Amino acid sequence: MQHAAAPNAERLVFDRALVRARLARAIRRGAVDFLLARAADDLGDRLATVLREFKLALDLGTPGGHVTKRLLQRDRLGAVVRAAPLREPTAPGLLALVADEEALPFAPARFDLIVSALALQWANDLPGALIQIRRALKPDGLLLGCLVGGRTLFELRQALASAEVEIEGGASPRVAPFTDVRDMGGLLQRAGFALPVADVDTIVVRYADPIRLMYDLRAMGATNALSQRRRTPLKRAVLLRACEVYAEQFADTDGRIRATFELVWFSGWSPHESQPKPARPGSASIRLADALGVAEIRPKDAS
Amino acid sequence: MSKQDDTAGPVAAPVTEARGTRIDPRLLEILVCPLTKSTLEYDSAKQELISRAAKLAYPIRDGIPIMLPEEARSLEE
Repeated sequence: MQHAAAPNAERLVFDRALVRARLARAIRRGAVDFLLARAADDLGDRLATVLREFKLALDLGTPGGHVTKRLLQRDRLGAVVRAAPLREPTAPGLLALVADEEALPFAPARFDLIVSALALQWANDLPGALIQIRRALKPDGLLLGCLVGGRTLFELRQALASAEVEIEGGASPRVAPFTDVRDMGGLLQRAGFALPVADVDTIVVRYADPIRLMYDLRAMGATNALSQRRRTPLKRAVLLRACEVYAEQFADTDGRIRATFELVWFSGWSPHESQPKPARPGSASIRLADALGVAEIRPKDAS
Repeated sequence: MSKQDDTAGPVAAPVTEARGTRIDPRLLEILVCPLTKSTLEYDSAKQELISRAAKLAYPIRDGIPIMLPEEARSLEE
Protein backbone atom coordinates (compact mmCIF):
# COMPACT_ATOMS: atom_id res chain seq x y z
CA MET A 1 0.00 0.00 0.00
CA GLN A 2 1.40 3.38 -0.94
CA HIS A 3 1.45 5.82 1.94
CA ALA A 4 0.45 9.33 0.90
CA ALA A 5 3.18 10.90 3.03
CA ALA A 6 5.92 8.45 2.08
CA PRO A 7 6.66 8.21 -1.64
CA ASN A 8 9.82 6.18 -0.99
CA ALA A 9 8.09 3.68 1.28
CA GLU A 10 10.46 0.84 0.36
CA ARG A 11 13.31 2.72 2.07
CA LEU A 12 11.50 2.96 5.40
CA VAL A 13 12.40 0.53 8.18
CA PHE A 14 8.85 -0.33 9.21
CA ASP A 15 5.78 -0.99 7.12
CA ARG A 16 3.40 1.02 9.30
CA ALA A 17 0.22 -0.09 7.57
CA LEU A 18 1.32 -3.66 8.29
CA VAL A 19 2.05 -2.76 11.92
CA ARG A 20 -1.56 -1.55 12.26
CA ALA A 21 -2.94 -4.59 10.41
CA ARG A 22 -0.99 -6.95 12.71
CA LEU A 23 -2.26 -5.10 15.77
CA ALA A 24 -5.84 -5.22 14.47
CA ARG A 25 -5.54 -8.98 13.96
CA ALA A 26 -4.13 -9.44 17.46
CA ILE A 27 -6.97 -7.41 19.03
CA ARG A 28 -9.64 -9.29 17.05
CA ARG A 29 -8.26 -12.59 18.33
CA GLY A 30 -7.81 -11.49 21.93
CA ALA A 31 -4.42 -9.90 22.37
CA VAL A 32 -1.69 -11.13 24.71
CA ASP A 33 -0.98 -7.96 26.62
CA PHE A 34 1.13 -8.73 29.71
CA LEU A 35 3.73 -6.19 28.59
CA LEU A 36 1.07 -3.51 28.18
CA ALA A 37 -0.47 -4.25 31.56
CA ARG A 38 2.95 -3.98 33.20
CA ALA A 39 3.75 -0.78 31.30
CA ALA A 40 0.41 0.76 32.32
CA ASP A 41 1.00 -0.03 36.01
CA ASP A 42 4.51 1.35 35.84
CA LEU A 43 3.31 4.47 34.05
CA GLY A 44 0.63 5.03 36.68
CA ASP A 45 3.26 4.76 39.43
CA ARG A 46 5.68 7.10 37.68
CA LEU A 47 2.92 9.62 37.08
CA ALA A 48 1.81 9.46 40.72
CA THR A 49 5.14 11.02 41.72
CA VAL A 50 4.45 14.12 39.61
CA LEU A 51 2.50 16.47 41.86
CA ARG A 52 0.80 18.75 39.44
CA GLU A 53 -2.47 19.09 37.66
CA PHE A 54 -2.64 18.16 34.00
CA LYS A 55 -5.61 19.90 32.41
CA LEU A 56 -5.39 18.15 29.05
CA ALA A 57 -3.62 14.81 28.61
CA LEU A 58 -2.97 12.72 25.51
CA ASP A 59 -2.50 8.96 25.31
CA LEU A 60 -0.56 8.63 22.08
CA GLY A 61 -0.61 5.39 20.14
CA THR A 62 -0.65 2.99 23.09
CA PRO A 63 -2.25 -0.27 21.92
CA GLY A 64 -5.29 -1.27 23.98
CA GLY A 65 -6.95 0.64 26.79
CA HIS A 66 -4.72 -0.07 29.82
CA VAL A 67 -2.92 3.25 29.87
CA THR A 68 -6.01 5.34 29.14
CA LYS A 69 -7.77 3.62 32.03
CA ARG A 70 -4.91 4.51 34.38
CA LEU A 71 -5.03 8.12 33.20
CA LEU A 72 -8.77 8.39 33.80
CA GLN A 73 -8.24 7.11 37.37
CA ARG A 74 -5.81 9.88 38.23
CA ASP A 75 -6.85 12.86 40.30
CA ARG A 76 -5.50 16.22 39.24
CA LEU A 77 -6.30 15.41 35.62
CA GLY A 78 -8.72 17.20 33.32
CA ALA A 79 -9.74 15.79 29.93
CA VAL A 80 -8.04 12.82 28.26
CA VAL A 81 -7.51 12.64 24.50
CA ARG A 82 -6.88 9.16 23.15
CA ALA A 83 -5.04 9.03 19.81
CA ALA A 84 -5.42 5.34 18.98
CA PRO A 85 -3.60 3.45 16.24
CA LEU A 86 -6.92 1.84 15.22
CA ARG A 87 -10.62 2.44 15.57
CA GLU A 88 -11.78 0.93 18.83
CA PRO A 89 -14.71 1.08 21.24
CA THR A 90 -14.48 4.37 23.12
CA ALA A 91 -14.73 4.80 26.85
CA PRO A 92 -16.96 7.45 28.37
CA GLY A 93 -15.21 10.71 29.20
CA LEU A 94 -12.63 10.20 26.48
CA LEU A 95 -11.91 12.37 23.44
CA ALA A 96 -11.06 9.71 20.86
CA LEU A 97 -9.44 9.89 17.46
CA VAL A 98 -7.31 7.69 15.23
CA ALA A 99 -3.84 9.00 14.35
CA ASP A 100 -0.36 8.00 13.27
CA GLU A 101 2.38 8.85 15.79
CA GLU A 102 4.58 9.96 12.91
CA ALA A 103 2.06 12.49 11.56
CA LEU A 104 0.45 14.08 14.59
CA PRO A 105 -2.76 15.99 13.88
CA PHE A 106 -2.41 18.42 16.80
CA ALA A 107 -2.05 22.18 16.92
CA PRO A 108 1.01 23.51 18.79
CA ALA A 109 1.09 23.83 22.59
CA ARG A 110 -2.16 22.06 23.43
CA PHE A 111 -1.32 19.33 25.96
CA ASP A 112 -0.07 19.43 29.55
CA LEU A 113 0.85 15.74 29.45
CA ILE A 114 1.53 13.22 26.68
CA VAL A 115 1.97 9.54 27.51
CA SER A 116 2.75 6.68 25.13
CA ALA A 117 3.48 3.03 25.91
CA LEU A 118 4.90 0.42 23.54
CA ALA A 119 4.08 2.35 20.39
CA LEU A 120 7.07 4.47 19.37
CA GLN A 121 9.37 1.49 18.67
CA TRP A 122 7.54 1.21 15.33
CA ALA A 123 8.33 4.78 14.33
CA ASN A 124 10.43 5.07 11.18
CA ASP A 125 11.52 8.53 12.24
CA LEU A 126 11.67 8.58 16.03
CA PRO A 127 13.47 11.97 16.27
CA GLY A 128 10.76 13.45 14.01
CA ALA A 129 7.98 11.94 16.11
CA LEU A 130 9.58 13.31 19.31
CA ILE A 131 9.82 16.79 17.81
CA GLN A 132 6.12 16.69 16.88
CA ILE A 133 5.28 15.54 20.42
CA ARG A 134 7.32 18.36 21.96
CA ARG A 135 5.52 20.91 19.78
CA ALA A 136 2.12 19.55 20.81
CA LEU A 137 3.04 20.06 24.48
CA LYS A 138 2.43 23.34 26.26
CA PRO A 139 5.55 24.97 27.75
CA ASP A 140 6.49 22.95 30.86
CA GLY A 141 4.38 20.03 29.59
CA LEU A 142 5.52 16.47 30.33
CA LEU A 143 6.21 13.57 27.99
CA LEU A 144 6.30 10.17 29.72
CA GLY A 145 6.39 6.85 27.95
CA CYS A 146 8.17 3.65 27.06
CA LEU A 147 9.11 1.77 23.95
CA VAL A 148 10.53 -1.64 23.18
CA GLY A 149 14.30 -1.43 23.60
CA GLY A 150 17.42 -2.73 21.89
CA ARG A 151 18.02 -5.98 23.77
CA THR A 152 14.46 -7.19 23.29
CA LEU A 153 14.28 -10.73 21.87
CA PHE A 154 18.08 -10.90 21.40
CA GLU A 155 17.85 -14.66 21.95
CA LEU A 156 15.35 -15.10 19.13
CA ARG A 157 17.30 -12.77 16.87
CA GLN A 158 20.50 -14.80 17.38
CA ALA A 159 18.80 -18.19 17.04
CA LEU A 160 17.04 -17.25 13.80
CA ALA A 161 20.12 -15.65 12.29
CA SER A 162 22.43 -18.57 13.03
CA ALA A 163 19.87 -21.13 11.79
CA GLU A 164 19.34 -19.16 8.61
CA VAL A 165 23.07 -18.81 7.98
CA GLU A 166 23.57 -22.54 8.55
CA ILE A 167 20.78 -23.67 6.24
CA GLU A 168 20.40 -20.92 3.67
CA GLY A 169 23.88 -19.44 3.69
CA GLY A 170 22.66 -15.95 4.64
CA ALA A 171 20.44 -14.12 7.11
CA SER A 172 17.49 -11.80 6.54
CA PRO A 173 16.10 -9.32 9.08
CA ARG A 174 13.48 -11.08 11.20
CA VAL A 175 13.57 -9.21 14.51
CA ALA A 176 13.26 -5.45 14.34
CA PRO A 177 16.08 -3.08 15.32
CA PHE A 178 15.07 -1.27 18.51
CA THR A 179 16.30 1.90 20.17
CA ASP A 180 19.00 1.57 22.79
CA VAL A 181 18.51 3.27 26.15
CA ARG A 182 21.85 5.01 25.64
CA ASP A 183 20.47 6.72 22.54
CA MET A 184 17.15 7.72 24.07
CA GLY A 185 18.38 10.57 26.28
CA GLY A 186 20.24 12.09 23.35
CA LEU A 187 17.22 11.77 21.08
CA LEU A 188 15.04 13.58 23.63
CA GLN A 189 17.60 16.33 23.99
CA ARG A 190 17.93 16.79 20.24
CA ALA A 191 14.13 16.94 19.97
CA GLY A 192 14.27 19.95 22.32
CA PHE A 193 13.16 18.37 25.59
CA ALA A 194 14.45 19.72 28.88
CA LEU A 195 15.52 17.45 31.75
CA PRO A 196 15.49 14.28 29.62
CA VAL A 197 15.65 10.96 31.48
CA ALA A 198 15.79 7.40 30.15
CA ASP A 199 15.97 4.12 32.04
CA VAL A 200 15.39 0.43 31.36
CA ASP A 201 12.98 -2.15 32.72
CA THR A 202 14.11 -5.64 31.70
CA ILE A 203 11.53 -8.42 31.75
CA VAL A 204 12.55 -12.04 31.23
CA VAL A 205 9.69 -14.32 30.30
CA ARG A 206 10.09 -18.10 30.33
CA TYR A 207 8.40 -20.31 27.78
CA ALA A 208 8.14 -24.09 27.32
CA ASP A 209 9.67 -23.70 23.85
CA PRO A 210 10.37 -21.05 21.20
CA ILE A 211 7.17 -21.87 19.30
CA ARG A 212 5.10 -20.72 22.31
CA LEU A 213 7.06 -17.48 22.31
CA MET A 214 6.29 -16.96 18.62
CA TYR A 215 2.58 -17.58 19.24
CA ASP A 216 2.69 -14.91 21.93
CA LEU A 217 4.46 -12.45 19.63
CA ARG A 218 1.77 -12.98 17.02
CA ALA A 219 -0.91 -12.48 19.68
CA MET A 220 0.78 -9.20 20.66
CA GLY A 221 0.63 -8.10 17.02
CA ALA A 222 4.41 -7.99 17.19
CA THR A 223 5.48 -10.23 14.33
CA ASN A 224 7.86 -8.98 11.65
CA ALA A 225 6.74 -5.68 10.08
CA LEU A 226 10.06 -4.67 8.58
CA SER A 227 9.83 -3.18 5.10
CA GLN A 228 12.85 -5.29 4.11
CA ARG A 229 11.43 -8.50 5.54
CA ARG A 230 11.52 -11.60 3.38
CA ARG A 231 8.13 -12.08 1.76
CA THR A 232 8.41 -15.86 1.82
CA PRO A 233 7.49 -17.70 5.02
CA LEU A 234 10.21 -19.04 7.26
CA LYS A 235 11.28 -22.47 5.99
CA ARG A 236 10.38 -25.35 8.27
CA ALA A 237 14.00 -26.52 8.43
CA VAL A 238 15.18 -23.05 9.47
CA LEU A 239 12.46 -22.77 12.09
CA LEU A 240 13.28 -26.16 13.58
CA ARG A 241 17.02 -25.43 13.64
CA ALA A 242 16.35 -22.00 15.22
CA CYS A 243 14.33 -23.73 17.96
CA GLU A 244 17.26 -26.11 18.58
CA VAL A 245 19.79 -23.28 18.73
CA TYR A 246 17.47 -21.31 21.03
CA ALA A 247 17.09 -24.28 23.40
CA GLU A 248 20.86 -25.00 23.36
CA GLN A 249 21.89 -21.45 24.15
CA PHE A 250 19.06 -19.86 26.11
CA ALA A 251 17.38 -22.56 28.18
CA ASP A 252 17.32 -22.76 31.96
CA THR A 253 18.25 -26.00 33.71
CA ASP A 254 14.58 -27.07 33.76
CA GLY A 255 14.49 -26.86 29.94
CA ARG A 256 12.31 -23.74 29.71
CA ILE A 257 13.65 -21.05 27.41
CA ARG A 258 14.17 -17.39 28.28
CA ALA A 259 12.92 -14.46 26.22
CA THR A 260 14.10 -10.98 27.15
CA PHE A 261 11.90 -7.94 26.74
CA GLU A 262 13.37 -4.53 27.41
CA LEU A 263 11.19 -1.51 28.02
CA VAL A 264 13.04 1.77 27.58
CA TRP A 265 11.31 4.42 29.69
CA PHE A 266 11.73 8.05 28.80
CA SER A 267 10.55 11.40 30.07
CA GLY A 268 11.23 14.99 29.21
CA TRP A 269 9.69 18.40 29.66
CA SER A 270 8.80 20.95 27.08
CA PRO A 271 11.16 23.87 27.88
CA HIS A 272 10.00 26.64 30.21
CA GLU A 273 11.69 29.53 32.04
CA SER A 274 10.95 28.05 35.48
CA GLN A 275 12.99 24.88 34.85
CA PRO A 276 16.47 24.44 36.32
CA LYS A 277 19.23 25.00 33.80
CA PRO A 278 23.02 24.82 33.86
CA ALA A 279 24.54 28.27 34.50
CA ARG A 280 26.39 30.01 31.66
CA PRO A 281 30.18 29.42 31.73
CA GLY A 282 31.88 32.33 33.52
CA SER A 283 28.69 33.36 35.36
CA ALA A 284 29.84 32.04 38.75
CA SER A 285 29.81 34.60 41.60
CA ILE A 286 32.24 32.79 43.91
CA ARG A 287 35.48 31.05 43.10
CA LEU A 288 35.62 27.26 43.06
CA ALA A 289 38.77 27.36 45.20
CA ASP A 290 36.88 29.33 47.90
CA ALA A 291 33.98 26.88 47.82
CA LEU A 292 36.42 23.97 48.25
CA GLY A 293 38.49 25.86 50.81
CA VAL A 294 41.80 25.29 49.02
CA ALA A 295 44.45 27.53 47.46
CA GLU A 296 43.83 28.29 43.81
CA ILE A 297 46.58 27.10 41.46
CA ARG A 298 46.59 29.05 38.21
CA PRO A 299 47.87 27.37 35.02
CA LYS A 300 50.85 29.76 34.97
CA ASP A 301 51.92 28.77 38.50
CA ALA A 302 51.35 25.09 37.94
CA SER A 303 54.16 24.40 35.49
CA MET B 1 -5.49 -0.98 -1.58
CA SER B 2 -6.58 -4.59 -1.78
CA LYS B 3 -9.08 -5.63 0.84
CA GLN B 4 -8.19 -9.31 1.14
CA ASP B 5 -4.53 -8.53 1.69
CA ASP B 6 -3.10 -8.81 5.20
CA THR B 7 -1.67 -5.34 4.73
CA ALA B 8 -5.07 -3.75 4.00
CA GLY B 9 -5.94 -0.66 6.03
CA PRO B 10 -6.65 -0.69 9.72
CA VAL B 11 -9.82 -2.52 10.66
CA ALA B 12 -10.09 -2.89 14.40
CA ALA B 13 -12.24 -4.97 16.66
CA PRO B 14 -15.98 -4.45 16.22
CA VAL B 15 -16.78 -0.90 17.17
CA THR B 16 -19.81 -0.55 19.42
CA GLU B 17 -22.27 2.06 18.21
CA ALA B 18 -21.36 5.35 19.81
CA ARG B 19 -24.14 7.03 21.72
CA GLY B 20 -23.55 10.38 20.10
CA THR B 21 -22.13 10.34 16.61
CA ARG B 22 -21.18 14.02 16.73
CA ILE B 23 -17.60 15.01 17.16
CA ASP B 24 -16.74 16.59 20.51
CA PRO B 25 -16.14 20.33 19.94
CA ARG B 26 -13.08 20.17 22.22
CA LEU B 27 -11.43 17.94 19.59
CA LEU B 28 -12.05 20.53 16.88
CA GLU B 29 -10.01 23.00 18.93
CA ILE B 30 -6.88 20.87 18.96
CA LEU B 31 -6.89 19.08 15.59
CA VAL B 32 -4.92 20.17 12.53
CA CYS B 33 -4.03 18.41 9.27
CA PRO B 34 -1.39 15.76 10.10
CA LEU B 35 0.49 16.41 6.85
CA THR B 36 0.48 20.20 6.60
CA LYS B 37 -0.38 21.14 10.23
CA SER B 38 -2.85 23.64 8.77
CA THR B 39 -6.30 24.31 10.20
CA LEU B 40 -9.23 22.10 9.27
CA GLU B 41 -12.76 22.92 8.20
CA TYR B 42 -15.54 20.87 9.79
CA ASP B 43 -18.18 19.66 7.33
CA SER B 44 -20.97 18.51 9.63
CA ALA B 45 -23.20 17.26 6.78
CA LYS B 46 -20.56 14.96 5.33
CA GLN B 47 -18.90 14.32 8.70
CA GLU B 48 -15.49 15.23 7.37
CA LEU B 49 -12.56 17.40 8.41
CA ILE B 50 -11.24 19.18 5.35
CA SER B 51 -7.63 20.20 4.84
CA ARG B 52 -7.50 22.72 1.98
CA ALA B 53 -3.68 22.72 2.09
CA ALA B 54 -3.36 18.94 1.67
CA LYS B 55 -6.53 18.71 -0.49
CA LEU B 56 -7.77 15.89 1.73
CA ALA B 57 -10.98 15.21 3.64
CA TYR B 58 -10.51 13.17 6.82
CA PRO B 59 -13.58 11.10 7.71
CA ILE B 60 -15.34 11.23 11.09
CA ARG B 61 -16.85 7.83 11.90
CA ASP B 62 -19.22 7.57 14.88
CA GLY B 63 -17.82 10.85 16.15
CA ILE B 64 -14.20 9.61 15.90
CA PRO B 65 -12.00 11.55 13.49
CA ILE B 66 -9.73 9.26 11.46
CA MET B 67 -6.65 11.43 11.00
CA LEU B 68 -4.77 9.05 8.69
CA PRO B 69 -3.80 10.42 5.25
CA GLU B 70 -4.31 6.99 3.67
CA GLU B 71 -7.92 6.92 4.95
CA ALA B 72 -8.69 10.43 3.74
CA ARG B 73 -10.66 11.30 0.62
CA SER B 74 -8.73 13.22 -2.01
CA LEU B 75 -10.32 16.54 -3.00
CA GLU B 76 -8.48 16.62 -6.33
CA GLU B 77 -10.32 15.36 -9.36
